[in-house]
Amino acid sequence: MTWDWDYAREVLPKLLEGLLVTFEATVVGSLIAYVLGLVFAFIRRSRIPVLSQVVWLFVEFVRSTPLLVQVFFLYYVLQPELGLLWTSFLTGSIALGVHYACYTAEVYRAGIDAIPVGQWEAATALSLPRSRVWLGVILPQAVPRVLPALGNYTISMFKETPLLIAIGVVDLVGEARGVGAQSYRYVEPFTIAGLLFLLLSYPASILVRRLERRVNRQH
Amino acid sequence: MSTDSTDPTITFDAVTKRFGAHVVLDELSFTVDPGEFVTLIGPSGSGKTTILRLLMTLEKVDGGTISIDGEYLSHMERGGKLVPADEKHLSRVRRRIGMVFQQFNLFPNMSVLRNITEAPTRVLGLSKGEAEARAVDLLDMVGLSDKASAHPTQLSGGQQQRVAIARALAMRPDVLLLDEVTSALDPELVAGVLSVLKEIASTTDITMLCVTHEMQFARDVSDRVMMFDSGRVIEDAVPEKLFTSPEHDRTKEFLSAVLNRA
Repeated sequence: MTWDWDYAREVLPKLLEGLLVTFEATVVGSLIAYVLGLVFAFIRRSRIPVLSQVVWLFVEFVRSTPLLVQVFFLYYVLQPELGLLWTSFLTGSIALGVHYACYTAEVYRAGIDAIPVGQWEAATALSLPRSRVWLGVILPQAVPRVLPALGNYTISMFKETPLLIAIGVVDLVGEARGVGAQSYRYVEPFTIAGLLFLLLSYPASILVRRLERRVNRQH
Repeated sequence: MSTDSTDPTITFDAVTKRFGAHVVLDELSFTVDPGEFVTLIGPSGSGKTTILRLLMTLEKVDGGTISIDGEYLSHMERGGKLVPADEKHLSRVRRRIGMVFQQFNLFPNMSVLRNITEAPTRVLGLSKGEAEARAVDLLDMVGLSDKASAHPTQLSGGQQQRVAIARALAMRPDVLLLDEVTSALDPELVAGVLSVLKEIASTTDITMLCVTHEMQFARDVSDRVMMFDSGRVIEDAVPEKLFTSPEHDRTKEFLSAVLNRA
């Protein structure tokens, strides 16, 4: 096994293209996970008959089954069945986002539960309407507390995107496999792919830890 | 309904409140007249705080009715029958009542000024300018004019509680509930809060219901003192009478225990 610097330089642009796709899938997935997770947390908390139970069941189901199965199900079953013309990238990003929304829902729930009951009571005593209590009092206090946990899920998602190769998304690892297959040299592309993951994940996790310390200091 | 000034502002009619099997209030009835300052005293667990929480609609009654100026608080009339109040009815009647809590409960994500202007703008529909002018006056009254842009976490407990009082008053309530407002404060900060409350009691016609362990304060400002024990009023008298010649043995025991501690 030898290392060829020229070959490494040659494949790098292709790999960076793949990294961009990985990046985009992570961003789309995170946005879905952040928004949908909050919606799930709301619905479960609201105790609307049937709907709350349905969401609870869905969340438990998604958390108990492999992401790959969900990706396949969405791509091969649900998407054609509903006549949606989603690209594999969009399908994969949505699957990723919905999967992680079932985890962020729990994060939001814990964050909301951590707000002292006195805050709710003060809001009631001032007759603030429900929407203002949420938007003005509860969420502005709960969301900063849960940012580190949300950040950690984004990092996890970033590292899980190669799973989307299974439905034809060419991400960083997909590109590495592709260029490797053309020249039968895999050492450089896979090594570089791994290093790129490390180069991004590690500083990101340090940032999250720093954020965590700051949040803990404030509470 | 009637706003005749001779009608009581607060009416408890055979109010019962249970927590599980524990009966906190047992068919309690009493009235408070407009502008009265009534202090509730008694051992902890005797139901004083529950009375304030029922009035603020933070708890629901299990039996009996509560009325504000002759209008039902916990119930409403529908088809000639009394039914539990819905959220719309509650929020309308609740608007006339303000509360100050033991733990202040200021919103830490807002400045002092926003804490005070939030409800007047969102609930009463005041413009930002009107609400801020009102807040500035109130901050002046509680002696914190210079803290408008500060955040609650930067204030001492006593300052936070004075902001909480201003916040409650900004809604111009008819009734103000004070729930052990000095119990969480360091001793040296208590006097400042009490002097603010004394000023409010003497300069406004707000009906005030106060749960406190500050007996000297209760004696100075109250029109009436009600002694509670096990969910019942066992003595109800003007402060001079209740503090100097209580009739009930439980009142004597309680007062000597509290006064000796101080």
